[in-house]
Amino acid sequence: MKIFTLNYKLFVLFSLFFVANNSVAQKDSSSIKRMDPDTSKLNMNLDAVYNRPFLQMGKIPVALGGYMEVNTNYSATDGVTEGFGFQFKRLTMFMSSTITKKIKFLSELEFEDGTKEINIEFAALDFEMHPMLNLRGGIVMNPIGAFNQNHDGPKWEFIERPISATQMLPATWSNAGFGLHGKYYQSNWVFGYEAYLTNGFDESIISNTEGKTFLPATKGNRDRFEDNFSGEPMITGKVAVKRRRVGEIGLSYMGGVYNKYQLDGVIIDDKRRVNVIAVDINSTIPKTNTTFVGEFAMVSLNVPTAYVENFGKKQRGGYLDIVQPILKRKMFGWEKATLNLAFRTEYVDWNVGNFELTGTKIYEHVFGIVPGISFRPSGQTVIRFNYRYQWQRDLLGNPAARTAAIQFGVSSYF
Amino acid sequence: MKKSYITISSFALLIFAAVSCKKLMPPVPEDEEILAGTIPGLSPQQELEHLKGDENFGRIFSKEDGLGPVFVQNSCANCHIGNGKGHPTTELTRFANVNGSVVDYLLTKGGPQLQQHAIFGYTPETLPTEANVFSKRIAPAVMGLGYIAALDDQSILNNADPNDANGDGISGRPNYVDPTDFFSPQSIHIPNAGQYIGRFGKKAEKVTIQDQVVFALKQDMGITSDFDMQDLFNPQNGINTGDNVADPEVSASFVNSVVFYMRTLKAPPRRNADDADVKAGEQLFTQIGCASCHITTFTTPQSDIAALSNQTFHPYSDFLLHDMGQLLDDSYPEGSASGFEWRTPPLWGIGLAKDSQGGQMFLLHDGRVNSFEQVISFHGGEAESRRAAFNALSQDEKDKVIEFLESL
Repeated sequence: MKIFTLNYKLFVLFSLFFVANNSVAQKDSSSIKRMDPDTSKLNMNLDAVYNRPFLQMGKIPVALGGYMEVNTNYSATDGVTEGFGFQFKRLTMFMSSTITKKIKFLSELEFEDGTKEINIEFAALDFEMHPMLNLRGGIVMNPIGAFNQNHDGPKWEFIERPISATQMLPATWSNAGFGLHGKYYQSNWVFGYEAYLTNGFDESIISNTEGKTFLPATKGNRDRFEDNFSGEPMITGKVAVKRRRVGEIGLSYMGGVYNKYQLDGVIIDDKRRVNVIAVDINSTIPKTNTTFVGEFAMVSLNVPTAYVENFGKKQRGGYLDIVQPILKRKMFGWEKATLNLAFRTEYVDWNVGNFELTGTKIYEHVFGIVPGISFRPSGQTVIRFNYRYQWQRDLLGNPAARTAAIQFGVSSYF
Repeated sequence: MKKSYITISSFALLIFAAVSCKKLMPPVPEDEEILAGTIPGLSPQQELEHLKGDENFGRIFSKEDGLGPVFVQNSCANCHIGNGKGHPTTELTRFANVNGSVVDYLLTKGGPQLQQHAIFGYTPETLPTEANVFSKRIAPAVMGLGYIAALDDQSILNNADPNDANGDGISGRPNYVDPTDFFSPQSIHIPNAGQYIGRFGKKAEKVTIQDQVVFALKQDMGITSDFDMQDLFNPQNGINTGDNVADPEVSASFVNSVVFYMRTLKAPPRRNADDADVKAGEQLFTQIGCASCHITTFTTPQSDIAALSNQTFHPYSDFLLHDMGQLLDDSYPEGSASGFEWRTPPLWGIGLAKDSQGGQMFLLHDGRVNSFEQVISFHGGEAESRRAAFNALSQDEKDKVIEFLESL
């Protein structure tokens, strides 16, 4: 019954989306305005949710947008391959609305792997009281690191999302909650902050079938937007500073109790916290236009002493992307096309520390490199070719499983 | 000109990608480098069954699946990493109260095995005060078990010499154990006063792979099956505490697929078997009497799995109990095995131990030593004369014996 209701709602939503598009188009296609992201301002990662292209239809105070990603996949681990396949990674739709001059609404609905996962990734109201003081409430993206908020496929030269962002940190990670955000401009500098109280993690981060501490496991909890598992709000905060033509650096924290420590007023366990700190950078060397984007995060959590050591008390990982445009000119009829070389290196250690009994190092880590080439007919569309090679070691550090993948894909806003 | 250059480059890149896909992929490791794989001669249907069992063997149980409420590990594959020998970090502890000839496995106090871990919100077991003997064990490798399971009892009995009638100082005897409720005797089994010969486990306390799988599901993971519906609980918490997941937590089909997987795992591959030093080491191994217990070769009779029928295999074990002396006496009896008696561990695959133990070997039943020389130094009881014979070898000869062991 629930499935029927959900499908029905999705059908209605889709119908409205496309009927709205088509009806306007039939009346007067010239009334559809594409609103490209405003690049004149010093935009930061925290602006990513609004800093997207939208389609504005006439005088309707609603703007629509979205993006899609599709790719080929051929991968093998230690010579064993599942063969060649096509992956429709995601279709994401945005809808924004300016309710009054200083009240905005934006929502982001995502369909992943066809319709295997359907998520509301963002649906929040913003009340601007001052550039330094905005109230946001709804389903918000927790500002941990940069990727979580700035994850749109067309912005990246790589087909796969960073492992540290999606398999250690739980991007895309959003929760119901409230918070404040704001920015302060001073000459070539801009300072931004965000602070939210939201629902948090649950016990599945260690009681899961991944066999390791796995923060993304909480995303499987379908009740998390209406029920805070621990009963204590999670805090997420970020400060960031950006200088024009230099880059941005952000420092963020997310933490809270993840277990149910009381039930019906009875204390049943200690309060067990999970804490995450992350630092993110992005910078472009003006002379060469070489872009560096990176993020590094550390997770620490209070795992019950009675739990197996497979579930790490500490994790760390990150990635660094280097993108070098090698041609920027009219190509194949596209006026501002760009051809880029790209390289990603990434690392995640899911269990930092030593075994208590033997004192030997716990491994459970992965290291990967991804060289790639991307072609951008415009800033909003990317055609990518990636080659991935990664080494993954088990808890004991036995010889690494080697995985390689060749991928070709496209991603574009629409 | 430049446009042409880009076009040509793009096409060249795509063609390169298309033709070189396989060359850019990591190669398949040599057969001798990996512990996974099937016995030769399986049918496609059997290969599929093997893969299904492999998946179940690797399944990680969570609280929602019925894990616990107390447990040692949450997956078969977490103790038998890569199907190889286990690591001390996943060791288990058996305990009992032994008073003279009276053995109490303290079943009402959480025995016979300690589950030192627990699901969220549940208290793990601690050793009961009544326990006075303890035995720590690390997991054995699970490769080649199908050949051992297919062996007939008579082949094992052929090497038994409980009274050392041949005077070689070795007096191996079978461990006769009570069968489980679900045990179904096959033509290979020879009963003895209602008991059967155990051939699996450190003290040969399990008759079949199925016995071992059902026992491990319950005692290691707290998973009930159609074969054993009684879930674990921590007696220190009370008898009516549990994991709130309906029993059985896995079906007979699940158990059978894991059993099939283990029956069809290939035997550990030999390396450097033709090396001159390895051959010389093998000769010395036999010459100093190691092969009296670590028997080289057996042949299976007819089996329900054709690929296991009439197969000659080389486990380097007689699957009999031997007095191993005081240094290895854990005082913990199982079946008819006393504390100082241990089943001759199969040596096949021993040279691959470090590949599943993180690059360092943890040997003996509890992983207490890290080299073959140390293992030999712990041989006492019946094996004392073999230890002395090894010690009497020159260093060069000892090295050759070690090279032989590393080739297994």
